[in-house]
Amino acid sequence: MPHATNAGALRLEEVRLRLGAFQVQGLSLDVAGGEYFVLLGPTGAGKTVLLETIAGLHRPESGRIWLDEEEITRWPPERRGIGVVYQDDALFPQWTVAENVAFGLAMQARSRWQRAFPWLGGRARRAAARDEAVREMLRLLRIEHLAHRTPAHLSGGERQRVALARALVVRPKVLLLDEPLSALDPQRREDLRQELRRLHQQLGTTVIHVTHDFEEAVALGQRIAVLRQGQIEQVGTPEAVFRHPATPFVAEFVGTRNIFPAWAEPREDGLAVLRLQGLTVVAPTPLRGPVHVAVRPEDIVLSRVALASSLRNTFAGQVTALEPRGALTYVTVAVPTPQAAALPFVAAVTARALDDLALQPGEQVFLGFKASGVHVF
Amino acid sequence: MSNRLYVPFAVVGAALIWFVGWPLLRTVGASSPRLLWQTLAEPQVGDAVLLTFAASAAATVVALVLGVPLAYVLARADFPGKAFVEAVIDLPVVVPHSAAGIALLMVFGRSGAVGRAFAALGVRFVSAVPGIVIAMLFVSLAFLVNAARDGFRSVDPRLEAVARTLGATPWEAFWQVALPLAWRNILSGVIMMWARGLSEFGAVVILAYHPMVAPVLIFERFESYGLAYARPVATLVILISLFVFFLLRWVSRDATRH
Repeated sequence: MPHATNAGALRLEEVRLRLGAFQVQGLSLDVAGGEYFVLLGPTGAGKTVLLETIAGLHRPESGRIWLDEEEITRWPPERRGIGVVYQDDALFPQWTVAENVAFGLAMQARSRWQRAFPWLGGRARRAAARDEAVREMLRLLRIEHLAHRTPAHLSGGERQRVALARALVVRPKVLLLDEPLSALDPQRREDLRQELRRLHQQLGTTVIHVTHDFEEAVALGQRIAVLRQGQIEQVGTPEAVFRHPATPFVAEFVGTRNIFPAWAEPREDGLAVLRLQGLTVVAPTPLRGPVHVAVRPEDIVLSRVALASSLRNTFAGQVTALEPRGALTYVTVAVPTPQAAALPFVAAVTARALDDLALQPGEQVFLGFKASGVHVF
Repeated sequence: MSNRLYVPFAVVGAALIWFVGWPLLRTVGASSPRLLWQTLAEPQVGDAVLLTFAASAAATVVALVLGVPLAYVLARADFPGKAFVEAVIDLPVVVPHSAAGIALLMVFGRSGAVGRAFAALGVRFVSAVPGIVIAMLFVSLAFLVNAARDGFRSVDPRLEAVARTLGATPWEAFWQVALPLAWRNILSGVIMMWARGLSEFGAVVILAYHPMVAPVLIFERFESYGLAYARPVATLVILISLFVFFLLRWVSRDATRH
């Protein structure tokens, strides 16, 4: 599929907007063409309002919005070429899947007459539903077999695929996703997450994905913006955001975590071997290929002597930092890897354990965690 | 879920059902089919029935054209004075209909400014079909506007938002998304309004005693000749109304299956 590399760059300059309880205050944002950008924030942070403003459904009180080289601040949504997928999909309930997907194509193909007398549009839409482009998009989303069903007869995951197909069939410059995974059960969520990644790689469309789920943001986003009360707290790569939170709010929202990119190879016994820069970690997951690995600091055990073998994952490292926080102390242990720099693991240790271990920066220590304590996503 | 209250409550409610059903049934049963046929064959009766149906249909069409856009605005937009507008729509339901007739006469009569303006165009309201139509419109438009408003309110605004992002203008999103989804409510509003218009007496009789609509004809025959003479016409009108009412309900239910 032909696609110019930098099309779909979006820029917001000092956008200000108030809508009921939600407000966006002088927000500036730069999203590169073809980027997968995640807006991360708690419920009520103004994420949906911001998304709908980008789509042109709300007009900002001040500020400007640019799409590629054009200022689109005052353009109506139908002129922008920006697609939207909502959390609960918002499919047209009266039409079949094929007609839902065909709607945008019928809109593109309509005549001046059909524009003036839109009640005549049904025939054009049904004709468009037989279009090859619709079939191709249904194939791309693996929902060809659902073409003649109505939305009432679809599962949550199927509905989201239809909503994605409907938005993508017109080749939008930017695709806006408003919590697209949060209405799904964990298995469907994982499936659709993979699907989103694949579609983005295949189509190269700029994606702005709104979520409150940090793992989702890490798994999908090339960059993340953390949003709080209509303002951006921090923008950066997922790694930068969780390694170096810019504000206390980001630190608290993101939490202290051990998250590392890894490569997963499932084994026969339901466990998978994960390679983290040459370190090998064992964890239960059916996933394969590029993933992320997370271990809660509370689940990591430290010891002065080599650990008992009941822990599947044990490593030796060097203490680099001790950070007391309330009842717990966060101990950073750098584990050397054969490939690159040492991986910093953070372990949460109680005051008593800390006393027993008598740890000091620079000292050697062993750390371990159970396979079941590893979260893979 | 079973509930011990259902039976006594149903017994009490049955009194109401009886109260509505029995008089209607009695009236219908009191006249022989032959007599009804003869009555319908009377030119005065046939004309009155046709006029009633046509005038109410005309009033409904006017309300459809003017009231559906208003219903859409009431469902979608928030603006100062919205509660006032909604109250105005409901007002004719509480005003006695004879008083409504007087009020219409003040504006649309020969001495009213609007009445004079229309007279210049050759349209008369007093003792004329347009008078019957506006009387029916006035007393029944709330049924259609409120049903249509509820219909539009039940349509997720994000469906129209998605349609916009896919290239539809607001006008197209209204026709292709909002209206088809609200149509079931609008159609039931149409039926209620039309049926309400058919039965209007008070407002109509003040603006236009002649030409005679069916309710006025029944009243006139009762006043001038008594119950026995008025009954066949009443029976006929009840039967035709019931037939059309159930027909339209059936049609509207069928239309919403798709």
